[in-house]
Amino acid sequence: MPEQLLEVRNLKISFRTEDGVVRAVDGVSFTLARGEVLGIVGESGSGKSVTVMSVLRLINDPNAIFEGEVIYKGRDVMSLPEKQMREVRGGEIAMIFQDPMTSLNPVYRVGDQIIEAIVTHRGGSKAAARKHAVELLAQVGIPQPERRVDDFPHEFSGGMRQRAMIAMALANNPEILIADEPTTALDVTIQAQILELIDRLKDDFGSAVILISHDLGVVAGIADRIAVMYAGRVVESGATRELFYDPQHPYTWGLLGSIPRLDRPKQERLHSIKGMPPSLIRPPAGCVFRPRCPHAHERCLEEPTLAARTGAPGHLDRCWLDVPAKRALRDRSIRGDTAVA
Amino acid sequence: MAVFVVRRTLSLVIVLFAITVLTFLIFFATPGVDPSRQLAGRNPTPQTIAAVRHQFGLDRPLPVRYALMMKRLLISRDLVSYGNTALKVVPAIWEATPVTFSLVFGAAVIWVVFSILIGLLAVVFKETILDPLLMVLALIGISMPVFWLGEVANLVTEDRLHDTFLFHWVPPNGYTALTANPLQWFLHLIIPWLTLSVLYIGFYARVLRANLLDVANEDYVRTARAKGLSERQVLLRHMLRNSMITFVSLFGLDFGVLVGGGAILTEVVFGLPGVGKLTYDSLVSLDLPVIMATVIYGAFFITIANAVVDVLYARLDPRIRAA
Repeated sequence: MPEQLLEVRNLKISFRTEDGVVRAVDGVSFTLARGEVLGIVGESGSGKSVTVMSVLRLINDPNAIFEGEVIYKGRDVMSLPEKQMREVRGGEIAMIFQDPMTSLNPVYRVGDQIIEAIVTHRGGSKAAARKHAVELLAQVGIPQPERRVDDFPHEFSGGMRQRAMIAMALANNPEILIADEPTTALDVTIQAQILELIDRLKDDFGSAVILISHDLGVVAGIADRIAVMYAGRVVESGATRELFYDPQHPYTWGLLGSIPRLDRPKQERLHSIKGMPPSLIRPPAGCVFRPRCPHAHERCLEEPTLAARTGAPGHLDRCWLDVPAKRALRDRSIRGDTAVA
Repeated sequence: MAVFVVRRTLSLVIVLFAITVLTFLIFFATPGVDPSRQLAGRNPTPQTIAAVRHQFGLDRPLPVRYALMMKRLLISRDLVSYGNTALKVVPAIWEATPVTFSLVFGAAVIWVVFSILIGLLAVVFKETILDPLLMVLALIGISMPVFWLGEVANLVTEDRLHDTFLFHWVPPNGYTALTANPLQWFLHLIIPWLTLSVLYIGFYARVLRANLLDVANEDYVRTARAKGLSERQVLLRHMLRNSMITFVSLFGLDFGVLVGGGAILTEVVFGLPGVGKLTYDSLVSLDLPVIMATVIYGAFFITIANAVVDVLYARLDPRIRAA
C-alpha cells in the first residue's frame, strides 16, 4: 500500500441560503497516494469543485459550514492556522482552474505572476526567480520563454494561459496538483495537449494529481483511480480499469453511455440521463440517484453505503442491486436501450 | 506617444473653439441680451447706448466680434473687463490660478488618501459593523452641501470655538501665497481643503468599496489566494489596482472640473481669490470678457485632465495600451 498523502474523511460542506441549507457536499471520502492521479468526475453541481477547493480552504463564504477532516501528511488542514495554511497553498498543494482567460491577473505580466508564486514560498532574489520562471515556461511548452515572460496575459492565447497557470502551479514542486476542469474552457485540440502536459509534468515534478472533469473521457487517459460524484456524494470509486470495464453504479453507466462511441453502431441520438439532478436543499430520501434511476426498487428508499461489492480491491459503489443483476442490466443500459425499467 | 499628444492637442483646440463660440453666442446672440445696455450704466439714453456699442465694437458683425475678442484674449492679451476697464483679464486669471491650484491639489491629496483608506477598511471589515458605519458616514459626507459645510466650518473655527485651544490657530479667511509664507499658506488652506474633500471622500470611498467587492469574485483573486498570498497582499496587490479604473476616471473628471474653476462655492465661502471666485464675480456682473477667459481656462484643464486620465488608464490596465 503506497503512502497516503491526502485523506478526505466524511467531508460535508453546506451553504446557508435564503431557501434553506444547500448540502453541496455530503459525506465525501477519498484518498490520494504519493504520485497518484485521481480523477473526480461528475456533472455540474455535483460538488466536485467545492470538495477540492475546501482542501485548500479557498471557500471563504461566511455562509459555508464545513464538517469532516482533510488530512494532509498527518495534519488536519481544516484546523491549520492561517499562516501554515498559506504555506500549504501554492507551496505543497497547488491548483489550476477552469478558465485560464480569467484566472491570471490582467494587469500584471505573466512572468511577474509566476515570480510572485516563487518568491512567496522560496524567498530569494527576483532575478533568480525570474530565471526559474523562464525555465518553467519552457517546460510547459511556451515558445521563446525569455521574451514571453514579459508578456501580459491578454497577449497569450487560452491554451498558453493555461500552460502559464500550470507553470505557476508547479513553480514550487508541489506534492499535489489540483486541476479543476483544466481543459473545459479550451478547444478540443488544445485540451489533449494540456492533458498530455499534465501527465508528463506530474512525473517530472513528482506531484500527485487530482483531476476534476465532467467528462469521463478526459480523465480516462491519465487517471489511476476515478471517483464518480453525484449530488454531493461519491457514488462509485475505483481503479480506472475497474470503473470502465466493470462499472457498478447506474449513474456511472449513464455517464459511460453518454460518451459518443465510434466502435458501436451509430445511434439516432446521443444517450442522455433522463431527469435533472436533485435539489440539494431537500435531497430525495434514500439513494440520491433513485428519482432518475431506471432500476430503482423498494430498497433504494434506504441510502446505500459506499462499499466494496464486486470483490475488486478499492472498488466501491453505492448501489443496492446485486452484482450479477447489475452486470446484466448494465450491458443493455450502456448501449442506450434504457427502455428496461 | 507622439501621435497621442498630437491627437489630444487637436481635440483640445476643437473643444476650445466650440466652447468659446457657444459661450459667445449665448451672451451676444441670445435675443433680449444686450451687453451695451449693461455697459452704458444706469438709465442710459439711446445715444449713450449707441456710443457704447460703437466704442466696444458691438455694432460689428458677430464673427468679426468673436475674432476680435479672441485676438485680444489670446494674442495681444490686453482684453479688459467690461465692468472695470482697469481689470486686465489675462493677468487676473494668471494671478488667480495659484490659489485654485493650491486649494484643489491639497484637497485632492486628502480625498484620494482618505477615500482609498476608507474603501479598503470597509472591504476588510465587510462582515462587521464597521463597513455599514463607514458607508453611512460616507453618505453623510456626500449629502452635506459644500457651501453649508464651509459656512459651518467658518462659524466654528472663526467664531464660536475660535478662542479655544482647538481653533485659535485658524487665520482669518483669505489666502497667503506658498512662496510668501508656507506655514500661513498651509494654515489658510487646511479648513478649505477638508471642507472641499469631504464630499469626494464619501463618494470615492463608496465607489472604491463597490469596485473592490466586484473584483473580489474574480478568478484571479482566487488564483492569488491559491498561490499562498496573505489577505493583505491579495487585497493591495491584486484587488486594489484592478478596482482603480472607475476611481481614476472619476478623479480625472472631478479634478479637471475643480482646477478649471469648479471650486466656486468653496472659494467664495472662504474668500479665496481663485479662478472660481473670479468666475463667480464675472457671472454676477455678466462680465463677458472674464467669463470667456475663465471658460477657456476651465475647458483647457478639463481636457488636459482627461488626457492625463487616459495615460493613467494605460498604466493601470495593459489591455488598453495597444489601442
